[in-house]
Amino acid sequence: MAAINITNVSKIYAGGVEAVKSVSIDIADGEFIVLVGPSGCGKSTLLRMVAGLEAISKGTVEIGDRVINDIEPAERDIAMVFQNYALYPHMTVYNNLAYGLKNRGTPKAEIDARVAEAARMLEIEQYLSRKPRALSGGQRQRVAMGRAIVRKPAAFLFDEPLSNLDAKLRVSMRGEIKQLQKRLGTTSLYVTHDQLEAMTLADRLVVLNGGQIEQIGRPLDVYHTPASTFVASFIGSPAMNLLRGTREGTQLHFGSQVLDLGRAPAFPGQITVGMRAEDLRVATSGDQSLTMKVDYIEELGAQRLVHGTVDGKKLTASLSPEIDIGETMALTIAPERLHFFDADTGKRFGQPFANTGYDRLSAPAIKLEAAL
Amino acid sequence: MTHAPSLSATNPTPTSAGGFFRRFRSAPSEPDAAKRVQFNSPLLPYLFLAPQMAIIFIFFYWPSVQAIQSSFYLEDPFGFGSTFVGMANYTDVLKSGEYLSIARFTAVFTALVTFFSLAIGLLLAVKADGIIRGNATYKTLLIWVYAIAPPVAGLMGMMMFDQHIGPLVKVAAFFGWNMQVGLNYNDTAFAMIVVSVWKQIPYNFIFFLSGLQGIPVPVREAALMDCRSGLRRFWTVILPLLAPTAFFLLIINTTYALFDTFGVIDVMVKDKAANNPITLVYKVYMDGFRGNDLGGSSAQSVILMIIVFVLTIFQFRFIERRVHYN
Ligand SMILES: Nc1ncnc2c1ncn2[C@@H]1O[C@H](COP(=O)(O)OP(=O)(O)OP(=O)(O)O)[C@@H](O)[C@H]1O
Ligand SMILES: [Mg+2]
Repeated sequence: MAAINITNVSKIYAGGVEAVKSVSIDIADGEFIVLVGPSGCGKSTLLRMVAGLEAISKGTVEIGDRVINDIEPAERDIAMVFQNYALYPHMTVYNNLAYGLKNRGTPKAEIDARVAEAARMLEIEQYLSRKPRALSGGQRQRVAMGRAIVRKPAAFLFDEPLSNLDAKLRVSMRGEIKQLQKRLGTTSLYVTHDQLEAMTLADRLVVLNGGQIEQIGRPLDVYHTPASTFVASFIGSPAMNLLRGTREGTQLHFGSQVLDLGRAPAFPGQITVGMRAEDLRVATSGDQSLTMKVDYIEELGAQRLVHGTVDGKKLTASLSPEIDIGETMALTIAPERLHFFDADTGKRFGQPFANTGYDRLSAPAIKLEAAL
Repeated sequence: MTHAPSLSATNPTPTSAGGFFRRFRSAPSEPDAAKRVQFNSPLLPYLFLAPQMAIIFIFFYWPSVQAIQSSFYLEDPFGFGSTFVGMANYTDVLKSGEYLSIARFTAVFTALVTFFSLAIGLLLAVKADGIIRGNATYKTLLIWVYAIAPPVAGLMGMMMFDQHIGPLVKVAAFFGWNMQVGLNYNDTAFAMIVVSVWKQIPYNFIFFLSGLQGIPVPVREAALMDCRSGLRRFWTVILPLLAPTAFFLLIINTTYALFDTFGVIDVMVKDKAANNPITLVYKVYMDGFRGNDLGGSSAQSVILMIIVFVLTIFQFRFIERRVHYN
């Protein structure tokens, strides 16, 4: 077990593509970090640099107290779980697990014990004498996990380990990975493009965009205070509504529609305003409101997603199924639930009001599960 | 005894080669439903098969039957009829000290040619694989060059040992070795093995290279994290995954060494077989066409057929069992 320090790491591929641009992340011992971002943003590249499968172009990576830039992958004291499992097809499950230990000269009895323990933990004991091709996808995934666990490495690296599984299995494996990681306390770096997976697994999220870090933070912090319009639209489902607007005095103008904030926030005229779908509610008489023209409805069971337009711009509201939906609807939102971003750079304007209604420090993690 | 090298040429990739053996063995038990074709007339499929069957029959079964038949007869050297002699041709052959020493040489020759052409082909493929991984253009060029090489390479190999202009002869002379290919038994054997190996390397190289390229990259990477020694990784992960290709090539190369080296031997011994090493297949030719002993020659080719038969069964029974097909 060890901390991992990634300092100003860049990756420039042959041909001049800069896939990772001066990324720094300090990962505490035992922490579960998830790298998340759209396809091609450099997640895998960053992970593979830590693993030693890609050379580090610039910067340093430390695991524990060692700079591991020039150390062989097998000597870095890490284990990796690959997307397509990458099991050795010609070895039995037992040998797949034991291979890394044998090569390190671990005594036979110790290997037996460790394999047995990992197999028990992952419930793959009855498959130990089988070859990988005689296993289902989920079972192969467990074997791949087992191969990482038996090594008792300082860190686990995961590259989209669940993306080949079906939706249901993915959810249950997600839970198991999380539990296993907490139980073993092994520092983990996990890559995914699935924001839900990222939210549920991470102690801290790293949102990457175009090879750069957009935001690092605990899942709820990132969800409630996204650092940019990119993060706002990437984290959370449905994506946060982003509307171009103008502030005049205490008022926000969306075309002909107006919301009064009650007080004047400290930023200039042209802005992007963010609203979470679940923060929108139907206006009662006396509330100021935005009028949405309803286009279509998505039923999710517990909620209903109402898609429409305000002043010609797309808006999605998450409403209770009990509410009647008309052709047009008057929606309102509490001013402290609004997010404000620079219209040009997309960067978030700091706390616009003193009280955001969300106490980031005391918010219990359990709330996360409920919210999702 | 006819050998059809084109059989292997129609299986350009080692995976299809592995699949070829597997399908061949399991075809009766598991018909491939997805590939089943319906013919309107029950005769049509036989019509499609007819040309291939005709070729097999005319060039393989018919000569085989002829050979077996004539191996029991003593043919008059001047073409005046033949006499049934029972097993006499066989006992003559097997009692002949010359024949047994040729058989011994053939065994050594086949083992060495097979081993070295496989080993060198593999070594070159591993080295090339390290360089051209991911570089498609380079790969195509390299394979292309090697693919047209075999006949040219054979010719070059022979010229290397030419008594007058052969550079290898000159190099040997520089080290005090008066190499006399075609005159000295050991020198000829050496040259024969070198040229035979040299000629077969490109073929093995292509198969090994595409076999190596077929090993999934993540599996190699997983091995990279599990094992620091490159040599050990090669023995424990790469080579086992290459086994189907290697097994396929083993059979092809054994057959090559036994039969397809005829041309090389013919050029080297230049009809002066007396003092020179030859293999069993060349001896069949010598006795049959030079010595006009058709009966003895037929008996030899039947023996050769049995040897190949036993060898192939042995390879499938005891070696293929250890091969992992993915
Ligand atoms: N070997 C390479 N040579 C050149 N460019 C590369 C190479 N590998 C990756 N890239 C580029 O680097 C960028 C990041 O790739 P990377 O594989 O890290 O993306 P990713 O975030 O893992 O995406 P995904 O979610 O699709 O797996 C991409 O633009 C890709 O085209
Ligand atoms: Mg990736």
